[in-house]
Parts: sequence; C-alpha cells; structure tokens
Amino acid sequence: MAGVVTLTFILLRLAPGDPVERMLGPAATPEQVAEQRRALELDRPLVQQYRSWLGRVSRGDWGTSIATGRSVRTMIAEAWPATIRLVGLSIALSYLLGIAVGALQASRSGSALDTTLSVSTVTLFALPGYWLGLVLVMVFAYWLRILPAFGAAGMDADFLSPGARLVDGLRHLALPAMTLTLIGIGGTARFVRAAMIDVRGAPHVAVATAKGIAPAQVTRRHVLRNSLIPVVTLLGLSLPALFSGAVFVEAIFAWPGVGRILVEAVQARDYPVVMAATTISAVLVVAGNLLAESLAVLVDPRLRAAEVSR
Amino acid sequence: MRGLLRDGRARFGMIVLAIALLTALAAPLATTIGPTTQRDVVATRFLPPLATDLHGIWHPLGTDRLGRDVWSRLVYGARVSLGVGLLAVLISTVLGIGVGTAAGVWRGPVRGVLLGITDFTLALPRVVLLLLLAALWRPSAALVIIVLGLTGWMSVARLVYGESRVVMARAFVDGAYALGASRRRVLVRHVLPNALTPALVAAALGFGNAIMLEAGLSFLGVGVQPPAPSWGSLIASGRETLINAPWVALAPGVALVLVVVASTLLGDSVQEAMERRTGG
Repeated sequence: MAGVVTLTFILLRLAPGDPVERMLGPAATPEQVAEQRRALELDRPLVQQYRSWLGRVSRGDWGTSIATGRSVRTMIAEAWPATIRLVGLSIALSYLLGIAVGALQASRSGSALDTTLSVSTVTLFALPGYWLGLVLVMVFAYWLRILPAFGAAGMDADFLSPGARLVDGLRHLALPAMTLTLIGIGGTARFVRAAMIDVRGAPHVAVATAKGIAPAQVTRRHVLRNSLIPVVTLLGLSLPALFSGAVFVEAIFAWPGVGRILVEAVQARDYPVVMAATTISAVLVVAGNLLAESLAVLVDPRLRAAEVSR
Repeated sequence: MRGLLRDGRARFGMIVLAIALLTALAAPLATTIGPTTQRDVVATRFLPPLATDLHGIWHPLGTDRLGRDVWSRLVYGARVSLGVGLLAVLISTVLGIGVGTAAGVWRGPVRGVLLGITDFTLALPRVVLLLLLAALWRPSAALVIIVLGLTGWMSVARLVYGESRVVMARAFVDGAYALGASRRRVLVRHVLPNALTPALVAAALGFGNAIMLEAGLSFLGVGVQPPAPSWGSLIASGRETLINAPWVALAPGVALVLVVVASTLLGDSVQEAMERRTGG
C-alpha cells in the first residue's frame, strides 16, 4: 500500500500538464501563476513535497481540492460509504446468485440447461459494465420508466418521510447494483461450476456415496462445501476487478462514490483528490483481501489447524 | 490442435476472432463509405438500421447523429480496438514470459523480488492505475497500448512461473545441467518452449480483457481520441442519443461482447485441452 501511494505521487508529479495553469486560465500573468504555485507548495523539490504530504496525511489532513476548493477529507468522507454500499450489495448478490447458478449447472453438467447457462454466464462475464449500464438505463429508465437513471437520491429526497426516503434510495441503487451484480454472477458461476465438477471427482465423494448417503446430501455437505473454499479465495482476488468495475458504473450512473470522484479529479488534474482517491481504493482493496482471508479460515477448518500447529 | 477443432467453443472462438480480424484488415472492402463521411447531415442522420438514404446508399446498421454510417465506423473501429488489444497483449505476454521464466529458473532473492512485484501489481485496481496514467499523459493509442501492456502481464507471469517450476523439477533439466549446459541454455531450450502454452492461454484471456479496458478508457474519453473511431468512443457517442437512436451504442457493444466471449471461450478450451494432455 505504501508502494501504491509513493508510485501515485511520483507519477503525478512527473506527468506533463499543470493544475495551476488550468486553475487560473490562460489569462493569468506569470506572477499570478508563480504566486499560486508557492501557495500550493508546487515549487518545492519533489522529495520535500512528498514528505510534507505524508506528514499532513498522517495527521488526517488530506489537503484541499485544487478544482473545487473543498477539503479533500470531506469529499472522500462523503463518497466512500456510497461506494461500499454499491460494491457490498453487488458482491453479496452476485455471490449468492452465482453460487446458486454454478451449483445448479454442476449438478446437471452436460445437460441442455447447463449449456444454456454456460453460454449466458460467459456472455455476462464478457459484458463491459459501462455498456450493460447503458442498456439497463435504456430499458428500465426510458422504455419502462420504472427506475431512475442516475444519482443516489431524488431531487425531493430531503422532503420525504424516512420510509419514503429509504425506498427512494433503494430505487436509485437498483440499476448500478444490478449492473455490477449481473457481471459478477458470470464470473462466480463459471468458477463455482468448475470447482464443483472438480471436487465431485475426489475420492472422499466416492466414499460418501458408497456409504449410502443420499445424493442431495453428498452434494450439499461434501461437494458444495469443499468447492466454496476456492470461491472465498476468489472473492479476495476479484476485489480489485470489482472496484475497477465500480469506477465505470459510478461514472455512468453519476453515483456519488470514490470512483466518480477519481474520474473527475483525473480529468481536472486535481492532485490532492487523485492521491486521496487512489489511496482509499488501495485501502479498500487491501482491507477486503484481509477479510476474505479470515473468511477462508472460517470456512475451512484445515486452515485453522495449520495456523495453530505453526 | 485437432482436439481444439472438435471443441465447439474453440471453433466458435476462432471463427468469430477470424471474422473480426479479417473484417478489420479488409475494412475498405467491407464497406464502401468512409467512417467519417458526411453528406447532408439533416437528411441522413439517425437513419434506422437497414435504411437507404436519399443518395441511394444502404446503411446496414443505420447512421449516427452526424449522418455517418454506423457499420463503417464499426469496421474501422475494429482496426483500432483489435490493434490496440493485440499489441497490448503482445507486450504483456513477452513481459510475463520473461518474469515468469526468470522467477522459475533463478532461485533465492531474484525469485522473491519478481514474485513480490507480481503480487503487488496484481493487487492494484487496474482501472484506477490506467485512469491515472492515461490522464497524466496526453491520451493516445500508443499510450493506451503501453499502459495496458504494463498492467496486464501478471497473470501470464504466474502461469508461466508455475509451468517453469514443473519443468525445472523434471529429470531432463538435471541431465542438461550435468552435460554442462548453462542456465541460460536451460532457460531458452527447455523452460521457454514448455511455458509457451500457458502463456498462450493467458494471452487469449488477456486479449478480451485488454479490448474491454481500451473501450472503457475511450468511453471515459482518456483513451484513443476522436475522430479515430474505437469501439469505446463509439459507445460513448451513442450514449447521448440512446433514446432516439439506440443502435448507435448497441452495435459496437454487441461487437465488443462477441469478441470478448470468443477469446474467453478459446482460452478456456485451450486450457482444458492442456489439462487433458498432461492428465491433470
């Protein structure tokens, strides 16, 4: 993570393009530009800039956005719950549905149903989020007119009762979450199907069947459970990709999360905001990885035993 | 190879990719109108698919808001999108093979450092990095290719590394060393040829991914710049006219999905064929 932060910082400062010129416009005099550069500490050596930035961040001061003049900390603080809400819901839904679809396919592998579902999951897997998002907007917001196309709350949200406000929030969440979920189902189902077919060939499954345990129970207790271990690991590994998907989806649906802030800040060369958004996304991904690892220990007792004996 | 031809998925993948590549290469033959040709904008804009305009020109996929032919833009966009994808995958495959075999052949700190770098890069949210890099320098096709190539080599490296470790444990490698072969000779003559198949699988999967990301960057306006048509910028331009002319955004999206599905299926079936061969 320290690596990510340092890399970002160096890349940002090496790149051409000056935020000050963009901020003041072409009419600014050289004196004004120099003045502004001093105020933003952009005229000092790179190492010094880096050190003072790190110092401020460790005190919780992320600086001020060059483009909007607002405190970066407030901007990020407002944004990250929205991202967590969107990504969290999508992960939960896509894993539930993906595991169900994958398990169904594995139990009927080779059938027409399996083939149909395989074709659908690989297509879902290949769908670019921004395009699927557009198609969903077209269908649900323009043709059917049942769901809002963008934002996280309606214009009148402040005047609604708490219950109605919750409904309004969920309606706005529906399309972006659906986009991410549909894509997530594809990857998860493909993985679960392969894992279950793999486990089904294992000796312990043959033993369980030979003992006369009902096929449904063998599938549930011996096949599904063992197949879920790599799925949990996959969860950790797929977090960067999920977050990347969220960046596009947030941009499409004007979802007020970290991804959209990042896209806007990158376009405006808003250094402090880019730094903060990159750092936050790295933190979220690392935290998610740790979570997935501890989840794997929870699911698989053998890992627990390994930890103790070490 | 014969097994691959019998596999329906591989056949589908190869056929779709071949058609896409051929159409892109033979773009001037596949369409008679240039991708940026405009005539009477008011009379020829937003023609639905299969319509014929007043000049008697047939538009199989309709026209966009400037009266440009969508099919022709799609075909010329394929040149950009597929070209960027291919070159990016080439870079990442070469890099991945290099890192993977090096980590497999050299032990100790070299392996530790190389694997460490691989894991670190793998944990980065790729789009965040891409956005950062693409927006820092002036957006261009070359930049997108380099950036995609530099952020896509890790999966190749890991597969190749796994395969090289397997090869290094085989008896013929010890034999080669015993006969006085240098480490470099072992790497080039024994490890590299064996590592090519997994690299190919990763490349096929990476190709779909690279095309999708290129389109994503162009969609956000930090990729290949207009007027060069790339599938991503075509989708982006169709976004504004989604309600009255949905075909402008739908056509490049469908093309994109088809190509990505094709490369995923091809990669899948190559991988399975490999597993069958090694009995794994």
